[in-house]
Parts: sequence; structure tokens; C-alpha cells
Amino acid sequence: MNMAKGRFGNLKGWLYLLPAVLFLGAFLVYPLIDVFIYSFEEGYNFTSQTYYGVGIYNYSYVLHDPYFLQAVKNTFILVIITVPVSTGLALSISVALHSIKRFRNLLQTIYFLPYVTNTLAVGLVFMILFKKTAYSDGMINLLINFFGGTSVDFIDGPYWAKMLVLCIYTIWVVMPFKILILTGALASVNEDYYKAARVDGTSKFRIFWKITLPMISPMIFYLVITGFIGAFKAYSDVVALFGTDLNAAEMNTIVGYVYDMLYGDSGGYPSYASAAAILLFVIILTITCINLLVSRKAQQ
Amino acid sequence: MEIVLKDLTVKFPSRDRKKKEDVVAVDHFTFTVPDGKLIALLGPSGCGKSTTLNLISGLLVPTEGKIFFGKEDVTHLVPEHRGIGLVFQNYALYPHLTVRQNILFPLENRKGKDRLSKAEMNAKAEEVARLVQIDQLMDRRPGELSGGQQQRVAIARALVKEPKVLLLDEPLSNLDARLRLQTREEIRRIQRETGITTIFVTHDQDEAMSISDMIVVMKDGVVQQTGKPQEVYDSPANLFVAKFLGTPPINVFEGQLRDGGLYIGEERVLDVRGETLQSRSVWVGIRPEGFQLCPDGPLTCALNGVEVMGRDISVLSRSAASVNPTVRSIISTENRVDTSSPTVRFALRPDKVFLFDRESEDRLKFALADAGKMVSGEQPDDSQQTSLAGD
Repeated sequence: MNMAKGRFGNLKGWLYLLPAVLFLGAFLVYPLIDVFIYSFEEGYNFTSQTYYGVGIYNYSYVLHDPYFLQAVKNTFILVIITVPVSTGLALSISVALHSIKRFRNLLQTIYFLPYVTNTLAVGLVFMILFKKTAYSDGMINLLINFFGGTSVDFIDGPYWAKMLVLCIYTIWVVMPFKILILTGALASVNEDYYKAARVDGTSKFRIFWKITLPMISPMIFYLVITGFIGAFKAYSDVVALFGTDLNAAEMNTIVGYVYDMLYGDSGGYPSYASAAAILLFVIILTITCINLLVSRKAQQ
Repeated sequence: MEIVLKDLTVKFPSRDRKKKEDVVAVDHFTFTVPDGKLIALLGPSGCGKSTTLNLISGLLVPTEGKIFFGKEDVTHLVPEHRGIGLVFQNYALYPHLTVRQNILFPLENRKGKDRLSKAEMNAKAEEVARLVQIDQLMDRRPGELSGGQQQRVAIARALVKEPKVLLLDEPLSNLDARLRLQTREEIRRIQRETGITTIFVTHDQDEAMSISDMIVVMKDGVVQQTGKPQEVYDSPANLFVAKFLGTPPINVFEGQLRDGGLYIGEERVLDVRGETLQSRSVWVGIRPEGFQLCPDGPLTCALNGVEVMGRDISVLSRSAASVNPTVRSIISTENRVDTSSPTVRFALRPDKVFLFDRESEDRLKFALADAGKMVSGEQPDDSQQTSLAGD
């Protein structure tokens, strides 16, 4: 027993960990290493399991591919707009929900509904709102027309219009979870802090900035970090809105690019896909590290 | 500053939807808190003492009644304009701020001409920190302090804005026993040094008795008795107050008044002075220190055992007439208890025996005297005992 403890820590502990270690190893660690290896094997072919050589050509190709650069641009725009906007909106809705008594539960349920709704069903709703068909210009265009504007094709039209729809869609989809977490966080702040602040004549604004926000900041940082990661991995939402030919629509994302390289029309390029996947991994890792550093600084 | 509470009543709608009547948390509370005194609101949980504190702080508005701070009617004044300092049971210190920032917080809320300069604020914070002796801890966070230190910070934060009234909600309940003793002295000292009118809420009668100038005993939202701690202890207004004050608690017996004497069971334990009485049933409350070992004493109990406490001895016994299963009496260590004897006999000190009505449980003020030794007008404890009900 003592020897076992000396070399392997607690043998029993490892035994308990074994199932998880095996599964994670087989389905997470091994593929990760494999992808890393693929990304350096030039011209790898699935069927023949052969490649020409080893080097950084795959990275060079991907980084010079205009489709990849477009995907990176789209992804970054999506991240930079949706994460702050959705978190901010979710925070203000949660604070508003927290401050009312009547209908709070009902409204909470309504705000949570998108979370349990299928992505493609939500996509359909957005089609009705935004898509131009032979019969209708879509609800939003009807509204624009009503106020005297001219119709915009949000699904097949100009880049900014498509990006706008994508951002609204993403924000709408990610908000319920954030509202759920933040209303929980707000409810867990002890009422006595607010009473103490009231007795001391603290203004509402100061209560929010000096008490509420610091108290729930761990949850906000959690949401920002997971929000960044989620937005960088955006793909299914884009497909739901713009179909599978994303390169043509100029709306591809990094994950979409990886998928296309593997299975899409231009498919059959696992080496390029791997290189792009590793690049995405590096981007997310960097951003997350920065996030963690900032949150740690802010909480000290 | 004197605080006048006049007919304060608070009603909440009942949680139980079937019940139409409101829950009365505080029922016609009338009391005047004298200027510069330390007052304890004492009662079991749910008696409305914290609600009363919230009324004074302004966090709660009474359904009926009025509150005056001095001459000013503050009944509908918001908390921040009342000039009160409030210390919460859990201290409610902001965990993300340092001790200094916590103490500065109320000062930084001020706007316009009331706002002090940075240097003035800091000077004030330092001063109040010295008063509660936490000036060494100014740059720590609440999480890095002990319970007692957090308590001091909370008091400092309440005092820094120089309130007219200091309110403390169960200030000692989150501290361990030793710290509690120390901190209550500390609260007393701070109150004396600042001379600030202070009201604190507690369910612990020891706490209330030991440091306050006056106590207010509450039950079910109704004030039972107010007065100096010793007075309330020596002359409880009803059975509830008698039972609530004192450790170990008072022993309650079923008794009869007849033939000019007080009977417990068939034993005539004390004489009752005054007019010839109709025979009636009463509750007899006897303080533990009211028992005296006496070989031919009038009260006989079955002996359970003896606990040696060091300072004194507790004699545990039982009696058919006792409401509690055990009768606990406290005897000085000079006495020797014969533990081999199945029974123990007591004489009673008349000033430690109280009579209460069987129905209303109100105090019956009859003059009592040792059985068989009644000599009119020579009882030394007359002052407290002879006042008859109704005068």
C-alpha cells in the first residue's frame, strides 16, 4: 500500500478515474494528437493512408486561402459583436427580472424557451422573419417597407445584412442560458447587502456597480469565457440560416471551413482541415488565457 | 437621542391562503428609548423583535403607529435620512472590498455639500477603526478576518457616519461562546464611549441582562415587560418573563393558596400575608437560588442527583407538583448533600418565589413569608414583595 502510494499516488484513486481517463483518452486526447500530426503531414490521403512529406505547408496553404481568411474574419466579427452584446443584454434582462415580483416566473420561462427549442426550428422562424421568397419579402422587410424603407435581402443579399441576421440569431440563441445563470447569481446575493446599502443611502447606480456587479462577477466571467469559446465554434447556426454552401455565401466560419475541407464539395483535404482546426485551437486557447488573466486581475 | 415608539403594529398577509386574517408580527408596541442608553429587545425567535428593529431602521413601515426620533416624526422617513447605523447578524460586509473600503462606503455615498474630502473621510475611518480596535487590519478583506473582527468592522461601518442611533441585530449570535463574552463587553464599551443610543436584538437573556441599561421582553409581538435587567429578573410581570429570564431557568410548580398559606402538594411551603384568601390554584415559580437545604424544610422532593459546578452545586430532584421533569436548585458549596438519602428537603426564600395566575399567567403579588415565622411588617424584602396587585 505504501509503495503504491509512493509511485502512483493512491492506486485506488487511479482505479476510480480509469473509466473517465480511458474514454477521454480515446475520444479526446488521441484525436487531438492525431489532428496535430495530420496537420504536418502534407497531402495526406484517407484511402491510401499515405502522404508526401512533413512540414508546415498545410498551415501556409490554409493561411493563404481566401476562404479561410473570410471564415476567420466572419468568426471574429461574430465573436466580437455577440459575446459582449448578449452578455450585456442578458445582464440587464436578469436585473430587470430580479427587480419585479409579479410574473417573474412566467417571464423567466418565456426567456428560457429558445434554449430548449431546436436550432433548425429557430432557423425556420428566422427564415420567416428575414427571408425573401416569391410570396413575401419576410416580416422584417414588411416592417421596413411600412416605415418607408426599401427591402433588403437578408439571406442572399449584402454581406452586412447577412452578418446582422447571423449576429441577431446567435445572440438570441445564447441569451436564455445566460439569463438563467445570471438570475440565479442575482438571487444568490444576500439581501442584507442591499439593506445595508439602503440604510447607508447608497444610490441605485452605485449599488449596481459597487455591490451587485462584483458579487456576480465570477458568473459573468464564466459566461464571457464560455461565450467566447462557443462563438468561435459557431457552425450549426450559420448552416441553419444560410444553408451548407457557406463559402459561396461568404458566411463561412472556421469550423465550417474545417468541415468543408473534410466532407464538403471541396472535401477530401484532411491535412488542411487539421491545420485549420489547430489554428482555431490556438486562437481559442490564447483568447481564453487572456480572459482568465483579466478575470483574475479584476477579482483581486 | 430619545426614541419614542407609539402603538407600533405590523401586519403581514398570511402565507396560508386559506387563512384570511393577517399575521400580527408586532402588536401595539409602545416604548420610549431613553437618550444614550443601551437597550435590549429580548424574546424567543419569532417574537417580533427583529421586525421592531426594522421598523426603527425604516426598512419596514408600520401598519399602524408612529416612531419619533426626539421630536421628529420619522414614521415614513426612508432609512437613509434617519441617521441610523445598522449592524446585521451576518455583518453584511462587502467581501470584495477591504476593511477600509467597507468603512468608507457610507461616507462615499454622500453627495453635494455633505461630501467630505478624501482626507477627511480617511481620517474618520481611521478614528472609528481605532475606537473598535481594528486599525491594524485596514487593508485586509472580510474573508481574512475572524468572526469577532468582522463584527467590529461592521460596527465601525455603522458608526462612521455618526448616526444618532445604533441598531444591532443579534450581534453576537455568530460568535463562539468565549468571543461572545468578550464582544459584549466591547459593545458596552463602545456604546459608553460614544454615548450613542443603542438598541440591540437578542434571544439570549444572558446577553441582554449583562450589558443593557434596560430590557424589553417580547412574546408574539407583544411587549411583556420593560425595565432594568435586575428589576425584571427580581419582579417578572408574568410566567413567560419569569421562565425566559435566568439560567438555569425558574422551576414552576402547581400550587394552592389556602388558609393563609402557599401549598405545593400537601406541604405548606410559605405563609401568605394579607387578607384571608379564598382558596385558589396558582403557578409557583421558584428561582434555582431560592432553594435552601434544610433538614426540616417544608418542601420535600425526591433526590435525583447532584452536579458539582465548582462555584456552586446544582441539586437535581423531582416533585409530583413540578411542571418540569427536573427541579434544579443551586446551593452554595458550603452545603453537603446527603446523596444516599432518597429525598431532599428545602426551605424557600420568599423573595425568590413568584405566584402566577393559573389562567392568565400574570403575576399575583402577594406577600410571602417563611411558613410559621410570619411577623407582620418585618420582612426584609418587603419592598419588592408586599406590593399587592393593583397598586
